[in-house]
Amino acid sequence: MKGYLKVDHVGKTFNKGAHATEVLTDITLTIEKGEYVSIIGHSGCGKSTLLNIVAGLITSTTGGVLLEEREVNEPGPDRAVVFQNHSLLPWLTVYDNVSLAVNKVFSGTKSRAERHDWVMHNLELVQMTHAKDKRPGEISGGMKQRVGIARALAMEPKVLLLDEPFGALDALTRAHLQDSVMAIHQKLGNTVMMITHDVDEAVLLSDRIVMMTNGPAARIGEILDVPLARPRKRLELAGNQTYLKCRQRVLEFLYERHRFVEAA
Amino acid sequence: MNMPLAKTETASAVPVARPAATVLPLQIKRAPFRERAIARAITIAEHLLPPIIVLTIALVVWEILCGRPGATLPPPSQVLSETWELIVDPFYDRGGIDKGLFWHLSASLQRVAVGYCLAALAGIALGTLVGQSTWAMRGLDPMFQVLRTVPPLAWLPLSLAAFRQGQPAAIFVIFITAIWPIIINTAVGIRNIPQDFRNVAAVLRLNHLEFFWKIMVPSAAPYIFTGLRIGIGLSWLAIVAAEMLIGGVGIGFFIWDAWNSSRISEIILALVYVGVIGFILDRIVALLATIVTRGTAAN
Repeated sequence: MKGYLKVDHVGKTFNKGAHATEVLTDITLTIEKGEYVSIIGHSGCGKSTLLNIVAGLITSTTGGVLLEEREVNEPGPDRAVVFQNHSLLPWLTVYDNVSLAVNKVFSGTKSRAERHDWVMHNLELVQMTHAKDKRPGEISGGMKQRVGIARALAMEPKVLLLDEPFGALDALTRAHLQDSVMAIHQKLGNTVMMITHDVDEAVLLSDRIVMMTNGPAARIGEILDVPLARPRKRLELAGNQTYLKCRQRVLEFLYERHRFVEAA
Repeated sequence: MNMPLAKTETASAVPVARPAATVLPLQIKRAPFRERAIARAITIAEHLLPPIIVLTIALVVWEILCGRPGATLPPPSQVLSETWELIVDPFYDRGGIDKGLFWHLSASLQRVAVGYCLAALAGIALGTLVGQSTWAMRGLDPMFQVLRTVPPLAWLPLSLAAFRQGQPAAIFVIFITAIWPIIINTAVGIRNIPQDFRNVAAVLRLNHLEFFWKIMVPSAAPYIFTGLRIGIGLSWLAIVAAEMLIGGVGIGFFIWDAWNSSRISEIILALVYVGVIGFILDRIVALLATIVTRGTAAN
């Protein structure tokens, strides 16, 4: 077992005074370079906690995370995060939001002109060059998320962490953005770990789907391979047997075996 | 019932006649200069007329009430005639405290400027500390909450005892008056920096200085400026009272001196000036806030 990104027996317990809640138990997961892995589960199952542990934003109680054989326990630009609610700085323009990251990460390695080109290149990848001088308040939710993705990509991360990146978007914008992410993944071959609660999204985008059991003390319930050839086309897949089977499998896991108990 | 009928009608009409759409050049009609000027004048008048009317009514009522024989306060016409010399020549200087209003106001403004700037610096620094560190908050907050309720003038005797001079004592009173809202609002602003922004800073590995300038200051700026605006208002309130007790050149003492010599009209004139300058100070800080936060304060 080599692996590029290894999550090794990670557990997380939150202590609030004398009250301890175990959120994650014994999560072990290996992600290969260039792989697109989705983590799906009902809300409250701790999938965001897992992503935050990989990002280094919170520390695990037990176990650890290895990236290229090295332990990571603090946040860094090698594990760039696209946050659910874009997290763009509202006082900076689209360009400045991306260049803040670029200037910080490449201050020693790229010249000023190179950094400018790199910002523009990443804005081009997400088709946002036209709005580079606008502030986040002046662009739509989908556009903000594109800029968030551009900012993460611009850090040239080893692993791209997507925390329900399309969760706050309407269905049409979401589909459009999913296609963009697929195209970018195809082009750059990033290693991606994505948190989602959308079954179609998981099947469409991922090489593997990690299904989590319900919390507290959530575990990995099942890992499903999605053996669909890339590039994938949304419309063609709608009738594809493999696609439907994968979808069925995830749905069964979520709604039969691990039904969300609190859901009314 | 009408819906299906209308639908079939359009459905049959569409394939029959579909002329190529002609693109009409959009003609922007510009109203002639005169009309625009008139429209503009009307808008200005709509904003200016109400205050002018209300002011006139107030002055007339005042004139009637105080114009009667036996009235204790002078009517506006008398105020104007008695203080005309002060209004037209605010720059005279006959030595001592017998100076024009400009000198009194500028002396007061200087005290406020020094005290307020010190309060802004110290207040933002302390507010940042209290906002960032839970330990500092737990330690300092109770003290702040108690001290901020002390009325400004109650500090004056202590301040005089410590500094033994009017000037630094007055400045200290301004400082201690203005600092509390600045500290408290800055702390709230820092505390309210969204976790998302902190996460972004963590992923980018911004150091403390970069975090301070690139995340903390812009994010907390709207709150800080709220504190600064309350602070400037309070300092201007406090300076008049402090100067009444301290004496020397200053608008506060000018009012006190006028009262002692029963020149009521001069008091009224001074009050108008104090009010207008307080208003201007508030506007200046508000303007500064819009410039610094670049209008993103609403977010």
